[in-house]
Amino acid sequence: MVKKSRIFIFLISLLIPIVLIANPEATAAEGKIEKSDISKEIVEHIMNHVADANEYHILTLGEKHVTLPLPCILFNKSTHQFSFMLSSAFHHNEKIEGYKLNEETGRVVDAQTGNRDSFIDFSITKNVFHMILGFLILALVFISIKKRYTTHKNKAPKGLQGFIEPIIVFLTDEIFQPILGKNYEKFMPYLLSVFFFILINNLLGLIPFFPGGANASGNIAFTFVLAFCSFILININGTKTYWRHIFAMPGVPWPVLLMITPIEILGIFLKPIVLMLRLFGNITGGHIAVLSIVSLIFIMGENGIKLGGAIAGGAMALPLLLFVSAIELLVAFLQAFVFTLLSSIFISMALEEHHQEEHH
Amino acid sequence: MTTITGIAAIGAGLAAVGAGIGIGLIGGNAMQAIARQPEVTGDIRTNMIIMAALVEGAAIIAMILSFLMN
Repeated sequence: MVKKSRIFIFLISLLIPIVLIANPEATAAEGKIEKSDISKEIVEHIMNHVADANEYHILTLGEKHVTLPLPCILFNKSTHQFSFMLSSAFHHNEKIEGYKLNEETGRVVDAQTGNRDSFIDFSITKNVFHMILGFLILALVFISIKKRYTTHKNKAPKGLQGFIEPIIVFLTDEIFQPILGKNYEKFMPYLLSVFFFILINNLLGLIPFFPGGANASGNIAFTFVLAFCSFILININGTKTYWRHIFAMPGVPWPVLLMITPIEILGIFLKPIVLMLRLFGNITGGHIAVLSIVSLIFIMGENGIKLGGAIAGGAMALPLLLFVSAIELLVAFLQAFVFTLLSSIFISMALEEHHQEEHH
Repeated sequence: MTTITGIAAIGAGLAAVGAGIGIGLIGGNAMQAIARQPEVTGDIRTNMIIMAALVEGAAIIAMILSFLMN
């Protein structure tokens, strides 16, 4: 007990200086700590990277931006009309059909108001492009592997097949068979698709240059759709016992049921929501961490003014970046694994049959 | 605005502390369990990952809230 209270006091004592530092009035009055322009710019840059964009920015050569034009499909809410154009048509601040491209964020905005409320964006954005790329890679890999399985029956796996097969065997032996029970093969197509789809998008997101680098699997819409698929799969497979445990937990007196049932109903939705947030937060957090460490060079070098600072920042950033990237590589696999694992656990909870006389 | 940003930053940091303690306990106890019974390493590892993911979920939610406040 003494130990626990000591830890508590230690944590509280850590808080006190933080609260003092975080108080903006105090620091502004002293004028010591002021957010410089460069750090503000970096925060903006990181947030733009993490968000989606209507063009794929590849690199900047001097003043010239090299971008991959992406198709924009915009639906105006008030006139109910679709507009189709390429994002490259917007360059040099051109306005087309009442839209323009915000150069900083790379997003299409309303030319008059400058925000995105007046239309619905169905465009092939950076993330969608990235997702389609991942999908094509997966299709290519799995079709070629399937061909090998049909032409070389009962032979040892080779090449790509030798990389994918152990992963599938591992997932089957470690997750699907022990957790889902005897009907595990029914759910394997969905769970494996989800696993490899998340994995390829995570890995593509880790590539810092052109064909990757988008934050697709760290986009809330992306994770929402995957979690929604899991939500449907969990609930359409729900047995009578599953629903009975939600609406009327057997063996519980009714006054307690009044409290438990709302919580259980909330639980149906909470499971996929947490599934969604976990993937989103992990991948977005990883991208922010990597970019922040790269930004160390620019912060310490004060945007190219101080060479010594930039070198020191680089020397600090390089090992840190290597470390964080290695962690991110692990996280890319782990999050795909966790998503599949938790989906299959939730499905198995829904599948549970009434096996003994209930004692709750 | 800056006050909210500062508080949000503290919140994100506190969430990281909480999740760190939680995952540390899970990892440490899992190591102990594996040392005691090496033959069930696979089961312990799977359960460890499940529990770590659940603990992490709380931290991630706190982090996202701090983003939203930002």
